[in-house]
Amino acid sequence: MKKIYSNKLHILIFLLPALILFCGVLIAPLGASFYYSFFKWDGMGPKTFLGFQNYKELFSSNAIGFMKALRNSLLLALFSVVLQLPLALGLALTLGKKIKGERVFLSVYFMPVLISTVVIGQLWLKIYNPDYGILNVALRSMGLESLTRIWLGDKKVALAAVFVPTLWQYVGYHMLLLYAGVKSVPVELREAAMLDGATDGQVNRYIVLPYIKPILRVSVIFAITGSLKSFDLIYVLTNGGPLHATEVPSTLMINMLFKRNRYGMGSAIAVMLILLCFAFALLINAIFRGED
Amino acid sequence: MKSGEKGKRILIYIGLIFWLIIDLFPVYWMFTFSLKNNEEIFGNNIIGLPKHWLWSNYTSALNTGHMSLYFLNSTIVAVATIVITLAVALMGTFALTRMVWKGRKTLNKFFMLGLTIPIHASIVPVYVTLSRLHLLNTYWALIIPYSAFSLSMAILVCTGFMNEIPRELDEAACIDGCSIWGIFFRIIVPMMKPAVATVGIYTFLQCWNELMFANIFISKTELKTLPVGVQALSGQYTTDWGPIGAALVLATFPTLLVYIFLSKSIQDSFAAGAIKG
Repeated sequence: MKKIYSNKLHILIFLLPALILFCGVLIAPLGASFYYSFFKWDGMGPKTFLGFQNYKELFSSNAIGFMKALRNSLLLALFSVVLQLPLALGLALTLGKKIKGERVFLSVYFMPVLISTVVIGQLWLKIYNPDYGILNVALRSMGLESLTRIWLGDKKVALAAVFVPTLWQYVGYHMLLLYAGVKSVPVELREAAMLDGATDGQVNRYIVLPYIKPILRVSVIFAITGSLKSFDLIYVLTNGGPLHATEVPSTLMINMLFKRNRYGMGSAIAVMLILLCFAFALLINAIFRGED
Repeated sequence: MKSGEKGKRILIYIGLIFWLIIDLFPVYWMFTFSLKNNEEIFGNNIIGLPKHWLWSNYTSALNTGHMSLYFLNSTIVAVATIVITLAVALMGTFALTRMVWKGRKTLNKFFMLGLTIPIHASIVPVYVTLSRLHLLNTYWALIIPYSAFSLSMAILVCTGFMNEIPRELDEAACIDGCSIWGIFFRIIVPMMKPAVATVGIYTFLQCWNELMFANIFISKTELKTLPVGVQALSGQYTTDWGPIGAALVLATFPTLLVYIFLSKSIQDSFAAGAIKG
C-alpha cells in the first residue's frame, strides 16, 4: 500500500495536469502582469522600460481618473458593508428561527444570484430608462414628477443607481452564507439562553452573532473584494460614465487595454487591484482576530 | 404580551413578503415584456400580463438575434470546462490527500491562492499568449482560463469529500491486487459523486455567466457565449424591447428551471465554497 502511494512517478502524473493549468493560467500571468506594468507597450511592438512611471501616472494624473475609480469602488464597498450586509444578516436571522415558508423565502431571495449579471444589467437598463422605464413611470403616476431622473446619465445619482442592482443581486448570496451559519448554532445553546429569559434580540446578540463570526468575516471580505473587482454590471449599465461618475478600476483597465492599447498601464491597474484585494483580505482578517 | 407577539410576527411577515416582491417583480416584468409589443410596453399596459402573447419576439431573438447559437456555444464551453476541471481536480486531490510525500500540505495551500486571485490579474498575459498561439476566437480561449480559475474551488471541495472516504477501502483494494489506477478509478472516483455534483453546479454557473473574458477573447459572432450575445443583441434591437426581453428570458430560463428542481443542492454548492474558503 505504502509503496504504491509513495511512488514518485505516480505522484507526479496525478499532480501534473493541475500544476500546469494552475501555474500556466494563474501564477505565471501574475508575474507577467507585474513585469509588464513597468513598461510602455502597445501589445505588439517593442517594450520600453519605464520603471515606476506607470504607477506614478496612475496616482497623479487626473486625465486617467484612477483615483476617481478607486474612490468609486471603495464607496461601493462601503455601501455593501453598511447596507447590503445588515439587510442580509437581518433576513438570515429572521429565517433562521423557524418561520413558516422558510424554504420558499430562502429560495426566492437566493434566485437573483443565479441570473447572469448581463441579464440583470440589461433588465435594470430598462427599469431605469428615462422615458419608458418602470421607475420613472411609477414616479410620474404617483405625481412625483420632480423625482424622476435620467438615472444612469446624471452624475450625481449614477453611482447609487449602479449600486441598487448590485444590492438586489447579492443580498441573497450573503443571506445564504449567514443563514447556513445561523442554522449551525446548536439548539441547546439557544434553548439554554431562552430558559434563562433572554429575548430574541439578546439571543441574536450574545449567542448567534459570536457563533457566526467566521462567516461574517468571509461575507465582509467577499463584499469588499467583490466591490473592488466589480465589472460586469457597470460595464453593461454605464461603462464607467457619465464623465467617470461610475468608473471603477476594472472598467478603466479594460478601457486602457483594448481601447487605447496601453498594455503597460492596464497591467499596472491589474497589479493595483490584486494588491488591494489581498490587502483588504488581510486587514479584515486582522480586525476580526483583534476583536477576540 | 400575547397580542404584542402576534403583532411582531405580522410585521416580520410583511417585511419578508416585501423583499420577496422586490426580488420577484423585476423577473416577472422581464417575463411579461418579453411577450409584448412596444405599444403595450411603452404605454398602455406597462405592468399587466400581455394582452396579446407575442411569441414572435422569441422567434426574432432565436433566429435574427442568434440566441440559439449563443446558447449552444455557452453549453459547449460550460460542459468542456466542467469535464476538464473535474478530471484535473480529482487527480490532483488524489495526490494531495491520499499519496504520501513531503510538501503536500504546502502545495495544497499554494492551490488555495487561486481563491483570492481575481481573474483581472491574468487578463493581459493570457490575452497575449492566446493571441500568439492563435487561440483567440476558439472555444479553447474560454475553456482553458475558465478551468484554471475553477480549479482551486474544485480542489477545495474535492479534498473535503475525499478525506471522508475511509482509507480501509484503499487497503482492501490494494490487497486484492488493484494498481494505483484501479484504486483511483474503481474506488475513489465512484465515491466522489456528491463532490462532482457540487463542483459541477458551481463551475457551470461561473462559466455560464462570465462576461469579461468572453467579451475580449471572442469577437466572432459564431462563437459568442450568452452574456456577450445578449449584449450584442440588445445593441441590435435598441428600440424594440420585446425581442430583448425574450433574449433575457432565454438566457435565464434554463438556470431558473434547474434551480426549481435542485434548489437545495445549488444553494449547498454555493455555501460550500464560501464557508470552507
